[in-house]
Amino acid sequence: MTTVAPRPTTTAPVEAVPEQLDARKLEHRAGWAFSLPFLILYALFLIGPTIYGLLMSFFNTTTVKGGLGDFVGVENYREALTSPEFWSSMWHTILFTIVSTPFLVLLALAFAIMAERVRRGKWFYRLVFFAPYVVPSASVVLIFTWLYAPQIGLINKAFTLLGFDAPNWSGTQAWAMASVILLTIWWTVGFNFVLYLAGLQDIPADLYEAAAVDGASGWQQIKSITFPLLKRTTALVIVLQLLASLRVFDQIYLLLQGGPNYSTRPVIEYIYDVGFTDFRAGYAAAATMVYFVLLLIVSVGWLLLNRHRADPAETAEAMAVDEPAIAPKSPAINPAREI
Amino acid sequence: MATTLTTNSIRRPNPRPGTRRMDPRSNSRTFGILCTVTLTLFAIIWLVPLVWAFITSVRPNGEITTSPTSWWSSHFTLAAYRNVIGSTDIGWWYLNSFVISTLTVVLTVVVCSMLGFALSRTRFRGRGGVAALVLAGLMIPGQVLILPQFEEFRATGLLNTYWAIILPAVAAPVGVFVFQAFLSNIPDPLIEAARIDGAGWWKVYAKICMPLCRPAISAVAIFTFVSTWNNLLWPLLVLSNTKQMTIPVGLATVAGGYGIQYAEVMASAVLGLLPLLAVFLLFQRQIVQGIASTGIK
Repeated sequence: MTTVAPRPTTTAPVEAVPEQLDARKLEHRAGWAFSLPFLILYALFLIGPTIYGLLMSFFNTTTVKGGLGDFVGVENYREALTSPEFWSSMWHTILFTIVSTPFLVLLALAFAIMAERVRRGKWFYRLVFFAPYVVPSASVVLIFTWLYAPQIGLINKAFTLLGFDAPNWSGTQAWAMASVILLTIWWTVGFNFVLYLAGLQDIPADLYEAAAVDGASGWQQIKSITFPLLKRTTALVIVLQLLASLRVFDQIYLLLQGGPNYSTRPVIEYIYDVGFTDFRAGYAAAATMVYFVLLLIVSVGWLLLNRHRADPAETAEAMAVDEPAIAPKSPAINPAREI
Repeated sequence: MATTLTTNSIRRPNPRPGTRRMDPRSNSRTFGILCTVTLTLFAIIWLVPLVWAFITSVRPNGEITTSPTSWWSSHFTLAAYRNVIGSTDIGWWYLNSFVISTLTVVLTVVVCSMLGFALSRTRFRGRGGVAALVLAGLMIPGQVLILPQFEEFRATGLLNTYWAIILPAVAAPVGVFVFQAFLSNIPDPLIEAARIDGAGWWKVYAKICMPLCRPAISAVAIFTFVSTWNNLLWPLLVLSNTKQMTIPVGLATVAGGYGIQYAEVMASAVLGLLPLLAVFLLFQRQIVQGIASTGIK
């Protein structure tokens, strides 16, 4: 993220006449006035709940009535950390993340590289791959339930045509997970595809031209120009994807309700179940905190990566040609970029 | 990137007569065709679910039962749409989703751009602390707050109101950073000149900075709209009255209701995706640029 660098003042601060002192006081007041609306909402709906959630995790709070309930110390944490159901739901979330992320990253990369080579009608591919991303999860799941339907579904028909026995999609953990991952790839690969298209856009065209003149084949160009220069984009795509996948809930909840027999239930659905079906808010809060640690590890990794990204030595941005008048410094935030 | 093209003619050496080197571009061209063909195949696969859902939704149910995977019908009909609209509160769901998403967008843009402005254009004591606090918020996803937030809204009696969905979404750290990055690139002299001319800070924000950051506004607005519209978990928790539900929550509750009336199931799926698909088709360029420039997810 961008850091706020102090801007040099145009007037010499040494001879601060009363008028300027006044101006500075005004600026100080304006700064807080502009920050206040956000900070109030932030305190009420983010910081406050975070602290209250942490507090709840040490009490036997219930969802049925208000108040914290009785103090139970680390009992909730002890229970969560030793609960097989909690750990299996954590594992389902992690399994989903581990299996889906490579597909969502590599497929997006492949699509973007191929789209870059297409001479005309690039907009068509962008449209087709990204459109599913704006479809609400409920619609996606309705459509895929129909696609996966035993005997009459289109996917099962395709299996039969190819000479395979159609699997029972919701019958075993492996097939159920596969069905969710397939759905997720269709639904969200477009997002990473667009990030990669932007990354490709930053690679100067004359690098390819020069390589082509030297007789490099299409594949050689991709291997020695595209891949190395896309490293930073790939890091961004992977981290965003990890964070998104670790939050999986909608599609598993709607398509499988966490089944068969809780074998795909993600950790968010577990928290939802213990918090709102068993009404054990305190315990659910403790489980949330353990899950939060996992997310935090990935997020901190992301921040460290960002600091690394600010290192100008290895940036492809150094080669970027024309910076418009209003162009941000941060490579991650560049509104002027055209795709 | 237009300037890069002009250098090409200089760099490309003249083809030397007599050498039997193959034209490098022909190699590239075959590769290009291969890419186009492969990508088109994938694009067709990607289109299948949406196209098939649409076709199924306009076929009569009797015909779907006899030949479920057929792509054509001799009697296309909108009966399923009439059934869904007649038997559910989908009109209300559209209205709720629209009001909630619009209010969230307006408040988010105003509140986040104001803080972005404060952080990038004014110097005040405690600015570093505020920036750090907002950065820390990036790491707390909404999902980990569902329990305490639920307790909070129950205590304040705001469950089953629009505000229960709107208020927690407004203070979005990502939005602040998008505005901050954009605003910090407005040239200093522009703002200093305005200040010298006697413009107050509010005027500098509203009259000079906001008009200049339209791309940031549209990026934040579109993303807030799409994510609010598609949000499922939180509205599912705080809205229990059928008439107050949003589109995703409403669809999730009727999902099982139609059983084997596949045309109705697909019609409700299509009705659910239509508004945002329309928004996407209208603002395709801005949406795609917005993602590319900010990485908002």
